[in-house]
Amino acid sequence: MSWHPGADHVEVMRPPAPGAAGGTYRAFAETLRGLKTTFSRVVEGVHTLQYPEQKTPVYPRFRGRHRLHKFEDTDLEKCVGCSLCAAACPADCIRVVAAENTPEHRVSAGERYAAVYEINLSRCIFCGYCEVACPFDAITMGNDYEMSDYQRSDLIFTKEMLLAEPVERTPLRADGE
Amino acid sequence: MSPQLAVVQYYEPWWIQILKAVVIFAIILQLQPILIVGERKLLGRFQGRYGPNRVGPYGLATPLADIIKLATKEQFRPDTSIGWMFALAPVISVLTAVGALAIIPFGDTQDIFGTDVGLYGLDVSIGPLFVFAMGAVAFYGIMLGGFSSGSKYSFLGSMRAAAQLISYEVSQGLALVGVVMTAQTLSLTEIVHAQQGMWYFIPQFLGFLIFLVASFAETNRAPFDLVEADAEIVGGYFTEYGGTRFTSYLFAEYINMCVVSLIMVTVFFGGWLLPFGINPPGWVDPFIVLGKTSFFLIFFIWIRATLPRLRYDQLMSFGWKILLPLATLNTLVTAIILVVTD
Repeated sequence: MSWHPGADHVEVMRPPAPGAAGGTYRAFAETLRGLKTTFSRVVEGVHTLQYPEQKTPVYPRFRGRHRLHKFEDTDLEKCVGCSLCAAACPADCIRVVAAENTPEHRVSAGERYAAVYEINLSRCIFCGYCEVACPFDAITMGNDYEMSDYQRSDLIFTKEMLLAEPVERTPLRADGE
Repeated sequence: MSPQLAVVQYYEPWWIQILKAVVIFAIILQLQPILIVGERKLLGRFQGRYGPNRVGPYGLATPLADIIKLATKEQFRPDTSIGWMFALAPVISVLTAVGALAIIPFGDTQDIFGTDVGLYGLDVSIGPLFVFAMGAVAFYGIMLGGFSSGSKYSFLGSMRAAAQLISYEVSQGLALVGVVMTAQTLSLTEIVHAQQGMWYFIPQFLGFLIFLVASFAETNRAPFDLVEADAEIVGGYFTEYGGTRFTSYLFAEYINMCVVSLIMVTVFFGGWLLPFGINPPGWVDPFIVLGKTSFFLIFFIWIRATLPRLRYDQLMSFGWKILLPLATLNTLVTAIILVVTD
């Protein structure tokens, strides 16, 4: 008595046996199909982005190199040297040394300001926690991602470097792009 | 059929022989860098990228940079290698590859400044046999190179070369027998003349296909590049080679590619002849031959971009079980038809 599979049995597609003559004929046909496939890649054109000349635009929320900000009207620094960013940093790459503002020497809007503000970018993991931790929006993540250098010490960015207007090197993605 | 297979009806001064040898060698050698950069650029296009485009305009100076790099490298060899054989092997490869160029016809006999000059190195009466002889010796270049390197990968590569080249040379030779029988001559120029009415790839289509496939195996090109197989045996016979010796092997491979393409053009695609009764002046002939050849060179590259490498047992069973019987059948059927219609 033969075995009857149920109604829900599965048909297994088996490839033809790799025979000599039939296999060669199939290989020939498949070769032609392959030639067509590769040739359609030529017709399709290239997908390469010529990187240093052309760049992929980044999204607006892309987390690149940090930037420090100033108030536009008073030209005072937003950072008050609270070190919350340094506390939030999982990679421990931010160093803040705070100093008191004096009436003669007023740097920031608050009581204190950051006398030293350094980010070691060779340690930074670009998680953006510093941006989240900052109560005054003084530090934000920019769009710059081209930060390779020859010396590790050159990757320690000081306050002046972070405050400076960055060279526009990274295209930003437009709406809907 | 006349008892003589080829008759040279004119006399060439010795200096024309030397001049021709130099010119053919120089032109074919200058084609190799173009072929190398063309292959890399075409492979790129086949994979949706540009290929080399940084050195020089459109990356055309890339092979120049490559060759300068390779030529200024240190000569070295492994401790376990056999010195003189290690140095000799690439020389054999290049010599045989260039030697096969000697008999390839680029055009008919021309009257240049009152001297009859055949646009080929030699019109020998053994034509294809000379090419196969060169191919058979070329295999020593590969095998000795792998054998004398004193490395296991090289040795594997040379063993593969021994098996592969011998098994495919048989089919390659048999595929040409049909043409030789139809043309009733072994001289390559006479074979071209015999194709005046119809190129041989139409009556000898099977022979052409067999020759084409066997040529891929003979030149160690993908999908039959088991001799090199960089993914399995790290380059095979030239694993231990560097600098100019490696360059020699590379050039030998590309010259071999040119040679088999030229043979295919000569034997199956009417050499310097054009279809539809177009009969250009004689000086155009070499350009026609090179143009037809470049079509086959592009096809070689196209195949390389398309097909994966065969497994070793597939290669062997394909060569002996499919290609050889087909080539034999082709020869037999051609012979029967020739006898019946004669």
